[in-house]
Amino acid sequence: MTEMLTGRKERIDRLAGDASVGRSLWSEAFRRMRRSPVAITGAVLVAAFLLLAAFAPLIAPHSATERFPQLLQDLRADHIPGAQPGFPLGSDQLGHDLFSRLLLASQQTLLVAVAATVFGMAVGMLIGGTAGALGGWVDNVLMRLVDVLLSFPSLLLAISIAALFSQGSQWTVIIAVSTVAVPVFARLLRGSMLAQRHSEYVLAARATGVKPAAIVFRHMLPNSLGPVLVQATLTLAISILEAAALSYLGLGDPNPDRAEWGLMLANAQRYFDVSPQLSFYPAIAIIVVALGFTLLGESMREALDPKNRR
Amino acid sequence: MALLDVTDLSVVFRRRGEEPFTAVDKVSFSVEPGQTVGLVGESGCGKSVTSLAIMGLLPKRGNQVTGSVRYEGTELLSLSPDQMRARRGKDLGMVFQDPLSSLNPVIPIGIQVTEVLEKHRGMPRRKAMIEAEDLLNRVGIPDPRRRLTEYPHQLSGGMRQRALIAIALACRPRVLIADEPTTALDVTIQAQILALLKELVTDTGTALIMITHDLGVVAGLCDQVNVLYGGRVVERAGRHELFELPRHPYTHGLLASIPRLDLEGDRLVPIPGSVADNIPWDGGCAFAPRCANQIADCTARTPELTGDQQRLLLCHNPMEVAVR
Repeated sequence: MTEMLTGRKERIDRLAGDASVGRSLWSEAFRRMRRSPVAITGAVLVAAFLLLAAFAPLIAPHSATERFPQLLQDLRADHIPGAQPGFPLGSDQLGHDLFSRLLLASQQTLLVAVAATVFGMAVGMLIGGTAGALGGWVDNVLMRLVDVLLSFPSLLLAISIAALFSQGSQWTVIIAVSTVAVPVFARLLRGSMLAQRHSEYVLAARATGVKPAAIVFRHMLPNSLGPVLVQATLTLAISILEAAALSYLGLGDPNPDRAEWGLMLANAQRYFDVSPQLSFYPAIAIIVVALGFTLLGESMREALDPKNRR
Repeated sequence: MALLDVTDLSVVFRRRGEEPFTAVDKVSFSVEPGQTVGLVGESGCGKSVTSLAIMGLLPKRGNQVTGSVRYEGTELLSLSPDQMRARRGKDLGMVFQDPLSSLNPVIPIGIQVTEVLEKHRGMPRRKAMIEAEDLLNRVGIPDPRRRLTEYPHQLSGGMRQRALIAIALACRPRVLIADEPTTALDVTIQAQILALLKELVTDTGTALIMITHDLGVVAGLCDQVNVLYGGRVVERAGRHELFELPRHPYTHGLLASIPRLDLEGDRLVPIPGSVADNIPWDGGCAFAPRCANQIADCTARTPELTGDQQRLLLCHNPMEVAVR
């Protein structure tokens, strides 16, 4: 939808020639975000995470699954080798390179979080958009379904869904986490669409004889997207936490060689008194990344808040 | 046959669990091309509901619209929603009260103007853009080419209202309904917008229905004035007749409550009370509780409209004296 809008805008800009260009609410919000230290902190953390995830295979000195003889020879139940040349963070409990595993796990986290958020947002927006656009009994039926989903604590719901699958995998995690996100997006979009429905510019658009479909897609939806985008950013953070929690509880892919922060954390806790850093690093990684998305989302919410306009 | 004929238009709000509420009660008036008709009254008297009912913009649910609205002889109230939609914007245009909230904040002005042109006149966007520039120019927006690319929040209040008028005029509707178009603007801009509307009416022969609570607007613009109270027309008169000798005590009170500097005394003269929530036109006059001119009849039986089409009155005991 935003692409559609910018596409239009470009077309007019071309028509307008060299005349100065109007500033949309989005670009206004972006301008405000650039001045907010919270937004910058969040953006830097998120950007660092994205870059690390994108280039993890290039940066990581070793593979995530290789077990190294020089680490294994010192590896005992009461001793896990620490940092040494070639292994900046030392070994994990299986003789892997901890540093490489941490780095490569970021890809896993990114994939799960983005996939879960995109699926959750798509389904949620479909449900919420339909309910908000049509209203009436459609709205009632859809929203009662959403209420059912919302009546479960989110993590409990995610655990129950993940537990439905006999074989855990990253896809069961994605399905579980995105299902939890669906009702949030549905309710949010429906609420802001309903608010638009009764707004004066929708009435004004109706007064010019614009078709109902055009009113929904051109007037109501673009005006409802702000809170949805904010929620998407926050859902990324929540998805990271929930995915880690599911892996930690053993509901993800159980293969111990797989690099995944939640799973690493789960496997490391048995060695907590021997080697606390094994738990420390993945925990810090989860926290920092989730914090980055949360800060970005919160500052976006603030920047898009109509009360802060000018 | 007038261009737009409104006969016995009634709107009843029927909400579940509530008493039916008659917001508009058998209102009749008509507009000719090039004529400006005012609907005047205080908040809650039914003037906005009347305009929405004419435009077919009241939600179907919970609203019962009866009577007749004829545009060039076609009964608008019996049109299907699709047929009515095809006429909105094309035959009947509307300008709303608050220009900021009536423009879509995330879409450039240009798109909002061309949307109508594309819809009703089937113009390709490029051509519509040129026409839109022309329209903005006509309603007095300087540098229209640049304004087309701008968003509503970048325009001043007066310019937004001009843009709204441009949108309403885009398809050259023959009837334009202006619902308090100057209320949200400051006085200098008000004057400009009124001058613009006046010019449009004389230049293009548009029929203008002016909805307002502002008697200054009425004095400056309307050929004929309908004073509404409690959903009914209580007085109709030409502008000069109305200001010279208001017959209905309510109209009288409205005129007397205008602050004046040229008279002795510094106290304003208000009309006591406010429009009652439930209009008790049955078995009496709805204005009686607030009326200084009340007689026994006023609470005994419902008054009936008297007079001719040019001068109507709904009162048992009309005023005989001019305002001060």
